[in-house]
Amino acid sequence: MKFLAARRRSPIVASSLLILALGATGAVYAAVASVQPAVAAVGAQTQVEDGKKLYLEGCSSCHGMQGQGAGTGPTLIGVGAASVDFQVSSGRMPLAAPGAQAVAKDPSYTPEEVAALSAYVASLAPGPAIPTAEQLDFADADVAEGGVLYRVNCAQCHQAAGQGGALTQGKYAPSLMEATPKEMYEAMITGPQSMPVFADSTLPEQDKKAIMAYITAMQEASSPGGLSLGRLGPVTEGLFVWTAVAAALVGAAVWIGIKAR
Amino acid sequence: MSTKAPAVPGSSPVDKAGGAAATFVDQRLGSNRFLARNLGKVFPDHWSFMLGEIVLYSFIVILLTGTYLTLFFKPSMVEVVYDGSYVPLKGVQMSEAYASTLDISFDVRGGLLIRQMHHWAALIFVAAMAVHAFRVFFTGAYRKPREFNWLVGVVLLTLALAAGFTGYSLPDDLLSGTGLQIIRGILQAIPVVGTWAAFLVFGGEYPGTDIISRLYSAHILLVPGLILAMVTVHLIMVWTQKHTQFPGPGRTNDNVVGYPLMPVYMAKAGGFFFVVFGIIALIGGLATINPIWIFGPYTPDQVTAGTQPDWYIGWLDGALRLMPNVESVVFGYTISWNVFIPSVVIPGILFTGMALYPFIEAWVTGDKREHNLLERPRNAPVRTGIGVMAIVFYGLLWIGGGNDLIATAFNLSINSISWTLRISLIVLPPIAFYVTKRICLGLQRRDREKLLHGYESGRILRLPHGEFIEVHEPLTVKEKAVIMSKVDHAPLPLPEKADADGVRNKWYRVKRLQSRLSGFFYGANIPRPTDAEIEAAQHHAGQDAALEAPLHAYEDADQIQAFHGGVLHHPGMPATNAEQASGSPSGH
Repeated sequence: MKFLAARRRSPIVASSLLILALGATGAVYAAVASVQPAVAAVGAQTQVEDGKKLYLEGCSSCHGMQGQGAGTGPTLIGVGAASVDFQVSSGRMPLAAPGAQAVAKDPSYTPEEVAALSAYVASLAPGPAIPTAEQLDFADADVAEGGVLYRVNCAQCHQAAGQGGALTQGKYAPSLMEATPKEMYEAMITGPQSMPVFADSTLPEQDKKAIMAYITAMQEASSPGGLSLGRLGPVTEGLFVWTAVAAALVGAAVWIGIKAR
Repeated sequence: MSTKAPAVPGSSPVDKAGGAAATFVDQRLGSNRFLARNLGKVFPDHWSFMLGEIVLYSFIVILLTGTYLTLFFKPSMVEVVYDGSYVPLKGVQMSEAYASTLDISFDVRGGLLIRQMHHWAALIFVAAMAVHAFRVFFTGAYRKPREFNWLVGVVLLTLALAAGFTGYSLPDDLLSGTGLQIIRGILQAIPVVGTWAAFLVFGGEYPGTDIISRLYSAHILLVPGLILAMVTVHLIMVWTQKHTQFPGPGRTNDNVVGYPLMPVYMAKAGGFFFVVFGIIALIGGLATINPIWIFGPYTPDQVTAGTQPDWYIGWLDGALRLMPNVESVVFGYTISWNVFIPSVVIPGILFTGMALYPFIEAWVTGDKREHNLLERPRNAPVRTGIGVMAIVFYGLLWIGGGNDLIATAFNLSINSISWTLRISLIVLPPIAFYVTKRICLGLQRRDREKLLHGYESGRILRLPHGEFIEVHEPLTVKEKAVIMSKVDHAPLPLPEKADADGVRNKWYRVKRLQSRLSGFFYGANIPRPTDAEIEAAQHHAGQDAALEAPLHAYEDADQIQAFHGGVLHHPGMPATNAEQASGSPSGH
């Protein structure tokens, strides 16, 4: 004790005691607070670990070892689970080939693997989370209101009927005819590729639901006028006139002309 | 063969009843002489002469269906809240015009069918007009004395575009509204008066509340009225000037060979009307056109990707899309060349050129004769080349109008498509002209060859001494008449600088230009063989025929005999066939 007593009034004592006290308080708090969610945390922790393994194998060559981005791929810090879920489960990532835009294809990862990857990227920094079932439930949404919102916010790129449209330099807004509600929601909150982000501040959740309801109604809509001709408007109509209809009419003229001989 | 239908004396009860009816009418209107004179009128026969009929018949369908639509359409821009049976738009604010179009589509009995028939018929109307114009152009049917009828046709085409565009905009949907927005931009791009012109048309700020009712009166009254008047003039001119005919045996510039109106053309034209009507009704019932419920109501703050006009305006849209972005500021005012040139200047040049073409060609060729016999496209290579060049130019603009859909459909970059088309617009039309001209001249050479030597029968004959020749068959009378119809025009001679008295020729430079152009127009033509050449060639062909005769004899006789040299030197067989052997090694 002589050693301590001798140095009782040393200038570093006060700060050392403060650090010790803070450390002890933190340790006690941690011990008490972590008792309850320990099991869940272990599960999440392994998912993140799995995700990290998958990430290092399949993604890090472009997005960097820590998701910080590299010359070929953007940073993933802060993009959130929703973005990873959208890009990977729609098959856009991993990229099939470098090009103007990632092309949707059959996904390369199972849903569990996608969840693991999403968890890992979400663990890097907070970002938009995968929408909950409640967020995707648009049963009560107003379809007509969704149509108005769709035409204001979406139609200029995705076309009035959701058939998609061209953007510059080979980029494009894809057709929405195969999109699931989850994909629509995730696309709106993460803004993949050329698409802007429609955060809740610009497009409240209720509006998102209305838009999902409208697009789904368009997907399921029958074609009351007969053959839909791709719902692409006058170009396919003109093509139809100049091919099938022209052939029928000129054919009839030739036929009548021949009969007279 | 220009005969009238033989008058059959009325003997059956039906004839008697018909005769009585005709007499009843004739005693009141004096119509029998008129009918007798006109029902027997002879028209030449060719399937391509029916393309114009498609135009007329689709116009009739348009008038009938359009009348039905006016019963339900409300040309008003008053805002209403939709409460019809199309659920995805229920409760949405829209103009009455759009709401009533939705009602026609979903709540009026037969409304959608009639609407679709009306729109399809409109597309067919203009398409058939274009194809009819091709026929008239490429056969030279517009030449004297029919230049005015060509002009009427060009006016009709313009009116058809106007009719189509005014109708396209009436439903006030998002697609057509975007088109109107472009029209406004085009109006504004006209230097000096643009802004005022746009205000005048829209009755104030865009979009205002007047435009739909104004388009409506133009669409259902003004433009169709003018079209009807012009169609009448068009047909009266065809009637009085008589229809042109293709060359053939017995057909000359001064006769019309064909069938009488009654009964042949009454039946054919009547039947064809129902065929056209039937096809339009069929596609009206089976294929969607302009699904305005998908596009939604128009508001100026909205726009949809993939906005295109109907096909016949597509080339103008394409010109607009392909034009590089050029503007200049003059005295503080912006001149939008990027809009003005593709939307006003280019169509202005094309339509003026089209209207004046018959007069330009007549001046260039110095041809003042009347032409009732059509010219085969190959026999006017420059005209055919110009036509193909115009079609290629138009087609490239047309593709440009759909550049975004082509980009998405074929995974291409819209920028590369635009640049490819910009370069092609300058490079391809001249190539098309040159290639077409060469093809025409090649066909002329072939015609000359056929006239002189007959056509290649594909039958190879081995002569007893080992030489192979191909037997040429003589042309049929019809083929010969068609080829012989070619008229060899001489290019205009170079003018004299001064006349015999030494007076300077005031028009020397103009005349020299005319002479050079006519040299360009006719200079390369392959002359039709002279009668002497044909005579000489026929003598030769006779030898060919003589060659064949023993062949048939061999077939009956013992074939081996020929190989044993029995008939090597039969009479009439030439020692060598100079024409055929010239390219092949002689067999001995």
